[in-house]
Amino acid sequence: MNILSLFVLVPLLMLLGLWIARNLNQVRGVMVAGSSILLVLAAYLTVSYIGLRNGGATEEMLFTDSITWYAPLHIAYSVGVDGISVVMLLLSAIIVFTGTFASWKLKPLTKEYFMWFTLLSTGVFGFFISTDLFTMFMFYEVALIPMYLLIGVWGSGRKEYSAMKLTLMLMGGSAFLLIGILGIYYGAGAETMNILEIVKHQIPTEIQRIFFPLVFLGFGVLGALFPFHTWSPDGHASAPTAVSMLHAGVLMKLGGYGCFRVAMYLMPTGTAIWGDFFLILTTISVVYGAFSAVVQTDLKYINAYSSVSHCGLVLFALLMATRVSATGAILQMLSHGLMTALFFALIGMIYGRTHTRDIRQLSGLMKIMPFLAVGYVIAGLANLGLPGLSGFIAEMTVFVGSFEHTDIFHRTCTIIATTSIVITAVYILRVVGKILYGTCKNPEHLKLTDATWDERLAVICLIVAVAGLGLAPYWVSNVISNSVEPIISQLIH
Amino acid sequence: MEYTILILALPVLSFLILGLTGMYMKHRVAGLIGTLSLTGVTVLSYLTAFEYFTVPRTAEGVFQTLIPWNFQWLPFNTSLHIDMGILLDPISVMMLVVISTVSLMVHIYSFGYMKGEVGFQRYYAFLSLFSFSMLGLVLATNIFQMYVFWELVGVSSYLLIGFYYTKPEAIAASKKAFIVTRFADLGFLIGILIYGFYMGTFTFTPEQEQLVKCGMMLPLALGLMFIGGAGKSAMFPLHIWLPDAMEGPTPVSALIHAATMVVAGVYLVARMFPLFIGYAPETLHIVAYVGAFTAFYAASVACAQSDIKRVLAFSTISQIGFMMVALGVCTTANPHEGGLGYMAGMFHLFTHAMFKALLFLGAGCIIHAVHSNEMSTMGGLRKYMPITHITFLIACLAIAGIPPFSGFFSKDEILTACFQFSPIMGWIMTIIAGMTAFYMFRLYYGIFWGTENKELHAHHTPHESPLSMTFPLMVLAVITIVCGWILPFGHFVSANGHAYDIHLNVQVAITSIVVALIAIALATWMYARDKQPVAEMLAKRFATLHRAAYKRFYMDEIWLFVTKKIIFRCISTPLAWFDRHVIDQFMNFMAWSTNAAGESAQPLQNGKIQSYTMWFLGGIIVLTVMLLVL
Amino acid sequence: MEIHVIHYLVVSTIMMFCGIYGFFTRKNLLALLISIELMLNATNINFAVFNRYLFQGQLEGHFFTLFGIAIAAAETAIAIAIIINVYRNVKQILTDDITDLKG
Repeated sequence: MNILSLFVLVPLLMLLGLWIARNLNQVRGVMVAGSSILLVLAAYLTVSYIGLRNGGATEEMLFTDSITWYAPLHIAYSVGVDGISVVMLLLSAIIVFTGTFASWKLKPLTKEYFMWFTLLSTGVFGFFISTDLFTMFMFYEVALIPMYLLIGVWGSGRKEYSAMKLTLMLMGGSAFLLIGILGIYYGAGAETMNILEIVKHQIPTEIQRIFFPLVFLGFGVLGALFPFHTWSPDGHASAPTAVSMLHAGVLMKLGGYGCFRVAMYLMPTGTAIWGDFFLILTTISVVYGAFSAVVQTDLKYINAYSSVSHCGLVLFALLMATRVSATGAILQMLSHGLMTALFFALIGMIYGRTHTRDIRQLSGLMKIMPFLAVGYVIAGLANLGLPGLSGFIAEMTVFVGSFEHTDIFHRTCTIIATTSIVITAVYILRVVGKILYGTCKNPEHLKLTDATWDERLAVICLIVAVAGLGLAPYWVSNVISNSVEPIISQLIH
Repeated sequence: MEYTILILALPVLSFLILGLTGMYMKHRVAGLIGTLSLTGVTVLSYLTAFEYFTVPRTAEGVFQTLIPWNFQWLPFNTSLHIDMGILLDPISVMMLVVISTVSLMVHIYSFGYMKGEVGFQRYYAFLSLFSFSMLGLVLATNIFQMYVFWELVGVSSYLLIGFYYTKPEAIAASKKAFIVTRFADLGFLIGILIYGFYMGTFTFTPEQEQLVKCGMMLPLALGLMFIGGAGKSAMFPLHIWLPDAMEGPTPVSALIHAATMVVAGVYLVARMFPLFIGYAPETLHIVAYVGAFTAFYAASVACAQSDIKRVLAFSTISQIGFMMVALGVCTTANPHEGGLGYMAGMFHLFTHAMFKALLFLGAGCIIHAVHSNEMSTMGGLRKYMPITHITFLIACLAIAGIPPFSGFFSKDEILTACFQFSPIMGWIMTIIAGMTAFYMFRLYYGIFWGTENKELHAHHTPHESPLSMTFPLMVLAVITIVCGWILPFGHFVSANGHAYDIHLNVQVAITSIVVALIAIALATWMYARDKQPVAEMLAKRFATLHRAAYKRFYMDEIWLFVTKKIIFRCISTPLAWFDRHVIDQFMNFMAWSTNAAGESAQPLQNGKIQSYTMWFLGGIIVLTVMLLVL
Repeated sequence: MEIHVIHYLVVSTIMMFCGIYGFFTRKNLLALLISIELMLNATNINFAVFNRYLFQGQLEGHFFTLFGIAIAAAETAIAIAIIINVYRNVKQILTDDITDLKG
């Protein structure tokens, strides 16, 4: 069997296992075993992918496979990975693994929670391995729907409202997406749904003009494209810890990935027509998210707006459409996924202890929970682009790539986008100064304890990943860069 | 010279050890680990310097530039990539010596100064991190590597300023330092992007044809890089973070905010000097003017401060201004005709690092003794702390420019360079040098002579510091005394790389000595005695001016206005409001209107068969009519 | 005067519309039931009449009428049973007031 199918099969088996599981320990056992298997699988896939590439494999996608599902519409279960999907799979596996530990003590309905959580991961993994438009869309929906229940049932605050808002906005996006996918299918001659096949057909310019914005918006909503980002603050604020992690860490990446793999790859002319318009929107996203984060008082809101800014940078870099900037975009997805997951994990842990996320009510946590506080500082430094952590390499690649355009418009956008690194420093240091430093003013908080072993494990895993990517970016960057090449060359011609 | 990699590896190793396992260690062990690794670095640095400068010059008469290590760290495209490596040339080797010496002294000194502090291990971990970053910065083989370490020194400075993280002032200061320098780094980054794009490389030596082709872009790039340098080196108006950074532990101020990190901007300009002089001489003049204004501004503020560390901070700003001026007034690369400033600036960087570190460490001893930074708690301390007193005096004489102390020689070269550039610049700088002598001796008398705060001293008698603290003072004092006339600095570093014999310009030397002596005499007359009627009278007569200088000419208030009022009130708050109330409400409105449409259609489904049949009948009638008519 | 098919149809049409009118306007369940019976019987008459006049010698219409009567009887029995039960539970047989099962 194809190794990629295991990425869908393992979560499904985990679902079965969870269903059978009788008590909490069995549930945890299934989750830990399953997510570790996924992590090992992802690592193995990465290694063998690099091995194959070094061995001279030149196909665009490796490990391809295709089984017809529904012949009249040419729907098939087609899988295949290139460097971009490989790193995304690795990212997802890391976050599912750490997410499991981050929701170790979650109550009530632990079993049901993990079942939905696993279903969500099935969707995510399925999305990244698919090369068939319809299968991709199906997995996309599989990843979205559980979100409603996960937030609505296990969330906090205005959870029903947030869950509804998030689901409706994302569903609205996927409605556009479905139309767009059908447009692509019929535009390319209604012969195949496989991306690798479609790209060989020339989709007529008129079709691209109409359907590019639909697909780009459809995925862009999930990538928090301004002005369709407002689900993000509310959704993240209400979601339970691991769901925030998975959502900001992986699900938002589905947006960027889809924009690149589907919208831009299949419709290069559409990209040329609409690129500048969306570039303005993404530039706004980058700066707007950063400025909005400066005055927020809820930790999760700050992080949500920061995600708007960073994911805006992903789409920004993609639309710049040079090889370097697109590599930077993928690196940014990877890096943002890791560091924002770290952030949400830590916020969740702090919230679990103090029962508040309001920065005005928190202070001096460094003394009380040093481990979490140090983790928070590291996450913050990664976020503001400290060299040696992942944020830096991603941002620098994006900026160097964007700067390859010589015209005034692109230059201006780039320079506006670079200012975000200063604003990021402002809001990160503001929070760090307010909640971690100083002396603790709330006597209730003095009694709190530092992280437990499961929390430490989750945090350390993510920190290692963030630092690993930041210290030794060479191979990741290389793998991504080579896989970005065919897509970008498609765009330039 | 492959062993140079150890210069970077040792501190990073001790950082990791102390950072990960430090909390389980005893203070003494942690301190020893940090100090030992730094001792290793110092020995290796001296060895490197010795080996580097004893290798014969090349046929062109310059020292060879060596790159013993270089590897690709992050590839962008075929021509652009960030490399990590080690570059040895005269200025980087000179910086190695400066950094390792001062850093080692600070490590030793901190044993005494930080004794018993909570977070002693963390302190040493951060010091190691800083030493690593700073060494990486000066050894950078390309501009992007420099930027990488530039950010790292920024963050180590942030961590060390905020070392006393329970103190609100320290938190605010660390935040301010990071954000202001980050803001400047934005300029640096854009400069690097422009440079990389038009030069096709990040190395310091681009292809000749690219240089010719790029036109106005190179001066622009260099100008933007200078903004980054100005931020780190606290040039006006980006200097505001440095005085506040004094909230950190005093040894940190000595290491980072006096001797090494703050001169990174000067080092950056020196590093890019061949490009500046060849392709952007106008930009270099901007550097000179900014430096001169900063030197003057900081010197005038320093005359009115009462916190001894603040005085030293402003004096640092002023002295860095001198270095910038020295680099800026160069007109050619030939030290014999207009290129003297380069050598002078580097020389001053070297001597200044030593005597300013000495001043700060001395100030640390004093603060250690009286537990306060305010001059009003001091006075008459010479009786209690003789070693500190003598070493402090040596440093004061050096900074004032009195022979034979090192500061005299370097400052004299700078002034000579200024006079070569234009007499006006020369005179301005001479006057600022006089101001330097004045405020330094005001400080000196205020601490060791002047009005003694007897009440406080009776309550708590000041005492001389332990040997771990006085030993570094003595070492640095010796260096300060001898390095001016023993070290043939011009042989090692000069604008075009050729050996240059430092010779005093007698006219300039005499002028500057006279000015300095007058200033010292003035300070003695005003501040040395127990009662200080003149100073009080002057402060009263020029109350507004004194107050403005004390308040640093309200620069902090202006910046606070920009950040608090403009960024917070005028941009972020409205944006956040807009997000919640316009964009989000629009989304909510869409949801609401869908809901409303549903609500309005709902009465049709009221569950009454009668109304259903009514519709049914109506439908039949309509269909019948259609059938009949059509 | 000969009684022609038109006369029967007039009667049945009047019955039909009486039934429809009653069904639309009455709120009482029993009145509704009576209206439904009126409509059913109107169609029964039509079946019988058309069979008698148009398809003489055939019996489909008559059979249909018989079935219609039987079904009407059954329907009435069930409806009355429901109405009585509703009345027992709700003490009301006006349609507007029986809303317990509405979502």
